[in-house]
Amino acid sequence: MTVNELIAAKGYKALALPEGERQINGVYIGDLLSWVMGRAKADNAWITIMSNINIVAVASLADTACIILAEGVTVPEDVISTAESKGVNILSTQSGAYETACELFGLL
Amino acid sequence: MTKYYYDLHIHSCLSPCGDDDSTPNNIAGMGVLNGLNIMALTDHNTTKNCPAFFAAAKRNGIIPIAGMELTTAEDIHVVCLFEELSQAMSFNELVEQRRVLIKNRTEIFGNQIICDDNDEVIGHEDNLLPNATTISIDESLELVEQFGGIAYPAHIDREANGILATLGFFPLEPKFKCVEFHSPEKADELIKLHGIQDKKVIVSSDAHYLWDIKEHKEYFEIDDEPYSSALVTKKLFEYLRT
Repeated sequence: MTVNELIAAKGYKALALPEGERQINGVYIGDLLSWVMGRAKADNAWITIMSNINIVAVASLADTACIILAEGVTVPEDVISTAESKGVNILSTQSGAYETACELFGLL
Repeated sequence: MTKYYYDLHIHSCLSPCGDDDSTPNNIAGMGVLNGLNIMALTDHNTTKNCPAFFAAAKRNGIIPIAGMELTTAEDIHVVCLFEELSQAMSFNELVEQRRVLIKNRTEIFGNQIICDDNDEVIGHEDNLLPNATTISIDESLELVEQFGGIAYPAHIDREANGILATLGFFPLEPKFKCVEFHSPEKADELIKLHGIQDKKVIVSSDAHYLWDIKEHKEYFEIDDEPYSSALVTKKLFEYLRT
């Protein structure tokens, strides 16, 4: 499924959506960015509560399909503009990481 | 120029993970035994033992620095140091508004003891101190500077609560002037790997027990003529700020 299709299916809020047609393949959950860098796989949907701007660089490096910010975490405007310019999709949901992963499990 | 041996990251019995024997007077006394000249008290998210530490340090001929180890919203530890005790106490009031209050469970986390100048117990902090505040790493430096202090990431060579482990690499913002290492042996490699050659390297103990406090090893060279402890403190902060 694509990131656009995920948004349509679950109503996640798109904070930055420069590459909506990217395919999602698998899920990674983590907040410690040094771990995420080495462990998230390409095309994963990455669920996190980390909002520091470094998430954009880590998503770019790991080539994830999208970042999903759980628990209604918000990000500063510069994170969104950087994500747009670097081709990194950022979605947001009020659900927790576990609930979000369960929702994705049913869809992928 | 005079060499000033230092330890700028020490926990007292107010930090739950700090030993109950790490009272302000014991810390200052240990500094004397170890040949230190400048010591900073940096409890987790509080400065409430700094007044007692100032009195104890002065009695022992140690130049005291009032500080705090701030836990940011991202769970990154940041050392905050203030030139004046009063600045640290004002900053503490701000941090109190930004703490996430969870009752301390002493049987799990340990005691959080507030002392007077003579190490008498004058109070306990009821809520757990070290958990993350709502202050983000982005705003931490500016906030501390507003109170006349300086701030830099603590023990960046550690996985637990180190900025590199938490954020993956050293962020461009805020523009920290210093970084703290726990073990100087790892410094060269990490500095090169993360391209942070422009930061000053501070080595401190993060002591939670008296025996962890640093030995007579790392020092600052400070031009202290005409000598006063206030001048040394001023020069130290000038160095750390630039």
